[in-house]
Amino acid sequence: MSRFLALIRRELILALRHAGDSVASLLFFIIAASLFAFAVGPSPAVLSGIAPGVIWVIALLAALLPLNRLFAADYEDGGLDQLMVSGLPASAVAFGKIIGHWLTTGLPLLIIAGPVAIMLRLDASGVPQLLLTLLPGTILLSLVGGMSAAITLGARGGTVLLPLIALPLMIPALIFGAAGAVTPHPIAEFAMLLGLLALFLPLAPLAAGAALRAAVS
Amino acid sequence: MPDYTGDIDARPIGAPQSKAGAWLHRFANPGRFQRLVQPILPWLTMVAFVTTVVGLVWGFFYAPADWQQGIASRIMYVHIPAAWVAMNGYAALAICSLLSIVWRHPLADIAAKEIGPVGAGFTALCLISGSLWGRPEWGTYWVWDARLTSVLILLFLYLGHMALIRAFDNPQHGYRAAAILGLVGAVNLPIIVFSVYWWNTLHQGNSISVTGPSKIYVTMLYPLIICTVGFYLAFAAMCLGRISSGIMENRARALLLARAERGGA
Repeated sequence: MSRFLALIRRELILALRHAGDSVASLLFFIIAASLFAFAVGPSPAVLSGIAPGVIWVIALLAALLPLNRLFAADYEDGGLDQLMVSGLPASAVAFGKIIGHWLTTGLPLLIIAGPVAIMLRLDASGVPQLLLTLLPGTILLSLVGGMSAAITLGARGGTVLLPLIALPLMIPALIFGAAGAVTPHPIAEFAMLLGLLALFLPLAPLAAGAALRAAVS
Repeated sequence: MPDYTGDIDARPIGAPQSKAGAWLHRFANPGRFQRLVQPILPWLTMVAFVTTVVGLVWGFFYAPADWQQGIASRIMYVHIPAAWVAMNGYAALAICSLLSIVWRHPLADIAAKEIGPVGAGFTALCLISGSLWGRPEWGTYWVWDARLTSVLILLFLYLGHMALIRAFDNPQHGYRAAAILGLVGAVNLPIIVFSVYWWNTLHQGNSISVTGPSKIYVTMLYPLIICTVGFYLAFAAMCLGRISSGIMENRARALLLARAERGGA
């Protein structure tokens, strides 16, 4: 367990030393949101209607950005081999990395999503509900995204391959998350989001661990 | 672990652990696969071709047109078999992924690689024929209907698998990664389909139903069955042919590498 926590601490320290990477995906999130305003016009009626869906889609895309380097940086400099022989199971290594991804990407997105939603003219009373869907949502995105990153690790053209693999698998999270952000009593949507979380919490680290073993063998 | 990339024949076939293992390992030998498949492949191809042509000609020219939908309904003789083959093709892919993960079955690796493009082709055929049928019947090429959307996502999964399994310099690594993706996709596919249905009923009323009054006449059912059998046979023939040439490709590459290592030109 202490090794697992050390791994997460290492991820956080690395993210802090290269703070630009996390900030870049946050900036992407804000700029992409403003692009939507430029594209569909400043009309509050239109913007507030699409705001929850737009926030969800760009959160998904912003979470995708740092995934390329999630395992690849350690894979290239040999750090991953060290992690794999550190005594931690491969799935635990993957899970630690996924937690690191959520702490450095998902959590900041969650913090910035509220102001951005208000900029997109979402009614302030609708913001807590949106954030409530994004909380399990960003964790899900980190899980599915981390798994896809491990599967595409070491592939030629992994940069284009990763979204191709990850995005279809993220569709259920997007559907229930975006629906949960707008329906009046989203009990069922939340139940489905939590159900997905219960499925991917074990599945994603296991699959990612198997993929990591294949990558370093 | 020694690297047997390229030549799967060189991989040792481990002592079978169980009865199922022994049965599987019997078919893990690419040489035996070739001896088994090569003689039946031309016949299978011919039977598949004849069955498909008979079914399509019957369906297109002799079976009665639907009284409500008219001539356009005949596209179902392509559309429905293609949809079935597309879905079961993914099931075959998932089974190959399982065999590859659990038993490291070398033939399953090649099979998974070669089923992908064939399955994606049938999925695309299903989408295109459905869209062409939708134009006269629904008045539009595309609606975000739950079924259409699910098949579209199935196509994405096929394409992702296809791209992934070919994206590694070390083919063994590609097989492992693609097998993991195939299994994850198989677990995820029912969830995606369910979520798409949910999303669809949430966003739009049931103004358009693909099923419609689904009492189908025997005169239309027979050609449909023949077409389905023909499509499945064609799928099998294409996959077996591709697997067979995949094995030969690997062997040729291994021979070339061996010659290069000996320093020969």
